[in-house]
Amino acid sequence: MAMQTESLTPAMRTEALEEILTERGLVDPKVLAGLIRNFEENIGPMNGARVVAKAWVDPDFRARLLEDGAAAAAELGYKGAQGEHIVVLENSDRVHNVVVCTLCSCYPWPLLGLPPAWYKDPAYRARVVREPRTVLAEFGLELGDEVEIRVWDSLAEVRYLVLPQRPAGTEGLGEEELAGLVTRDAMVGIATVEAPGR
Amino acid sequence: MDGIHDLGGVENMGGVQLPERDEPVFHEPWEGRIFAIGALCQTRLTGANLDAFRHAIDRTPPDEYLALPYYNRWLRMAETLLTETGVLAPGAIDARVRARRGEAVEEPPAPEPNRPDYKPAGPGSLRQVDDPPRFAVGQRVRTVDLHTSGHTRLPRYVRRREGTVERVQPAMVLPDTNAHFIAENPQHVYSVRFDSTELWGPEAEPFSTRIDLYESYLEAV
Repeated sequence: MAMQTESLTPAMRTEALEEILTERGLVDPKVLAGLIRNFEENIGPMNGARVVAKAWVDPDFRARLLEDGAAAAAELGYKGAQGEHIVVLENSDRVHNVVVCTLCSCYPWPLLGLPPAWYKDPAYRARVVREPRTVLAEFGLELGDEVEIRVWDSLAEVRYLVLPQRPAGTEGLGEEELAGLVTRDAMVGIATVEAPGR
Repeated sequence: MDGIHDLGGVENMGGVQLPERDEPVFHEPWEGRIFAIGALCQTRLTGANLDAFRHAIDRTPPDEYLALPYYNRWLRMAETLLTETGVLAPGAIDARVRARRGEAVEEPPAPEPNRPDYKPAGPGSLRQVDDPPRFAVGQRVRTVDLHTSGHTRLPRYVRRREGTVERVQPAMVLPDTNAHFIAENPQHVYSVRFDSTELWGPEAEPFSTRIDLYESYLEAV
């Protein structure tokens, strides 16, 4: 039995499950396709990047964002499942924030979409709460000893967005150009935002 | 539940997986399909909830949890929730795969539905509670020593540890009871700061961790 079960791949089993549920009228393949398309096209880190860029250029928005992340994100139209209560963590020269969910893969969907593979990977979840400086260095982010590292393990329904530092040399850039610089990884805290041409 | 999913601090996990450039949302079509089915499984298909969904994922067999792709856990979750709520018969998926391959397999008939008799008090997980928060910002607290075979969001690495309340978050539905359709039991949540040395001993790297913990996980020091 065990060998037989092994030969059934997740792809085959998923297809069989969808077929059973569709036959019984419990799911509609068109509805499934719509859900998938929404996460592939409309919900992703470009949303969070716009929030960050706006916070960099608009001090009032930045203040509202730090006060109530969900309300400020909703001003730009970003809300929904896994974004009911959003806390924004501001990085500085002295403080670097990094986010994890050690029990699963909690993530602020309305702002960042579905999490990338590295965030869901057991090694990241196990290690970043134990040796974050070492883990960040593996990702290529070397932080000086003067930088205080704060790890956030999001185990309830609080969802976190890291507000990265605006890089030097971007003073002439507009909001849209700035948003183009902000990466998903910087908004989780395993990278910083770089000025263009570096 | 002290299961494989509770990974905080586990050693010998190897290097981190490096970010993939231009990573697609779903690496293969089946991952998107099971994500969408799984999203519907949480409530519409089974009458369950987010916490029951997480508890079902936590029960993925350890070898599969670590070795197979992430969305395999969603497939396991869907199978668990659909079976427990009587939407699917045990073994129905495997039987269908074999039947599709031309094997002479008799598929089990659809069972009697057994949806939980349980309704959420409102949308999402945030709730209003009448009682004021038991703990205040700056207060020292200790986590309880909790071992349950049921669902919990108090991980092993932080049990019986002392920390400081840093933020009082809104009240939320308690996963430990909500996952089992007992009660929503909403309570305040606290972001508690733990020094690395409290969690990992005097040789730990210097840093601190903030962990979101439900009120019943905490006691005053």
